[in-house]
Amino acid sequence: MKHFLTILSHEVRMLLVSPNTYIAAVLFLTLMGFIFTGILEEYSKAVQDVSPASVFFEFYYLPVFFMVPLMTAKCLAEERRLGTIETLLTTPVTTAEVVLGKYAAAYLLYISFWGSTSGLFYILKRFAGDSRLIDPGPILGGFLFVAVSGLLFVAIGVFSSSLARNQSVAGILSLTFLVGLIFGGRYLGSASWLDREALSPIKDAVEYSQINQHFQDFTRGVVDTRELLFYVSGTVLALIFSVLSVEAKQLHS
Amino acid sequence: MPPPPLQPAIEVSRLVKTYAGVTAVNDISFTVPRGEILGFLGPNGAGKSTTMRILTGYLPATSGQVSICGFPVASEPDAVKRRIGYMPENNPLPEDMRVSEYLYFRGRLKEVARAKLGSRIDEVLELCDLKRVRHKIIGKLSKGFRQRVGIAESVLAEPPVIIMDEPTIGLDPHQILIVRDLIASLRGRMTVLISSHILPEIEMTCDRVLIINQGRIVAQGTPADLRREVLGQSAYEIEAAGSLGSLPFLLGAIDPGLAVASEGPVDPLGFRTIKLKTLNPDDVGEAILRACLSEGLRVRALSRAQPTLEDVFLAATRRSWDAVAENPKAPAST
Repeated sequence: MKHFLTILSHEVRMLLVSPNTYIAAVLFLTLMGFIFTGILEEYSKAVQDVSPASVFFEFYYLPVFFMVPLMTAKCLAEERRLGTIETLLTTPVTTAEVVLGKYAAAYLLYISFWGSTSGLFYILKRFAGDSRLIDPGPILGGFLFVAVSGLLFVAIGVFSSSLARNQSVAGILSLTFLVGLIFGGRYLGSASWLDREALSPIKDAVEYSQINQHFQDFTRGVVDTRELLFYVSGTVLALIFSVLSVEAKQLHS
Repeated sequence: MPPPPLQPAIEVSRLVKTYAGVTAVNDISFTVPRGEILGFLGPNGAGKSTTMRILTGYLPATSGQVSICGFPVASEPDAVKRRIGYMPENNPLPEDMRVSEYLYFRGRLKEVARAKLGSRIDEVLELCDLKRVRHKIIGKLSKGFRQRVGIAESVLAEPPVIIMDEPTIGLDPHQILIVRDLIASLRGRMTVLISSHILPEIEMTCDRVLIINQGRIVAQGTPADLRREVLGQSAYEIEAAGSLGSLPFLLGAIDPGLAVASEGPVDPLGFRTIKLKTLNPDDVGEAILRACLSEGLRVRALSRAQPTLEDVFLAATRRSWDAVAENPKAPAST
């Protein structure tokens, strides 16, 4: 892992000079700003039961769908398209270091985007002055959920990027995977045909991988290790597959 | 942990590489001693790039053994990667980095000490005449500059072995000269393996040439050896006026194999070009001149035709194709 930091710092640098990053950042903050003001308007009309933070984080999937593909589509696909993966892998660097370095850079960016939304809560606290609106529990739970689930979402983006040579294909692939993961689980969870006795193991697995359910738990302050394990193991799996995919493509290049 | 200095820089034995049933490299063996510059020639699809990729450890071999400085590529890829500088075909470079940034990143990856890296980058920039563009974005550089960035990158970590796949492609004659001098300046210090289609380049820079075709070595040796071995004949050209008379007979007396191969058309002054061929590798120019004069021919010029490496290359690859055509199932032999 000697070269992990070299690759990470290089990738962060490249992300910071890339216009893609700023487009994603502007889109993200615009969207989150609109959502946040929308929520606040609701709250100004009538008193609600839940904290605005938990409503705000309920929309976590919207930025995931466009941000993760935008940030990760390039990372491995571009290297393969330009052929620089060949010069990269003929230095004393392992494929795992390359994949991990790129993954870590994308994850850092993802986290810092979400981190910037804390500004919205700061503004609310500063100008609303209503302590009922700023409930630290759901805010912390929401950020924790975003950080943990981001591990898996970004890993899926990196994996999609390892599959394709073309950035757009990689982006669409990762969007498909993410929609499948987030809404597919929700759809299967409500499907009645899974209620049969014989399918109960599958039903259990589907319940276990309900990302929305995990979100509810996190914002209520329930941090279940099984849920953490779901994201961590999913991340490890996606990264291992990315390494294998890069190496397999190398064999058939 | 430096290996004993006696180990050859590159050692390839019985290397075979097949892709999905197609044999790209078929039983190649060669050795490159340290400090030698080896030219790698072959028509497109001969297996040059594949061999180079296997040498760098980027592709695994189907069978056979490859070692760099005594380290087998298959079992110690890391040790091998620390000892090579590789410039792939088409010289892929990231588009959105500055030249000096790129070299810094590559230097860090190649484990050049941070304290040494800055001065080393200055050195290679100077060496490759890149000082003017060091702060330019690589994607905006012209082909010649990009090519030199690739070369600078491959010599950056001062590896003992440098492998370059077509380094002079797309360069103008002036830049080719620079690259040639650059490669020649590495002679003795580093082992260089270059492939190229520009044969005069190879001839001028390389100590030894290896010609491969259809995955097999068809000829190897110094350019002079190859001429003798592959063409096996020397040719002379005489520009003379007058009747040939008994010249063929006199030529036969000098060397039994010497004969007139062709006679060109007569020009307004009465001179024509006469081509002679012999299997004798020694220079018999003087004897030919004396024979012509004694026969009363008026000689304007006499020259020994130097077959170019191109002729050697064409002859060697044609020979291998003929061999394949005659006996398609013949076992590989070099």
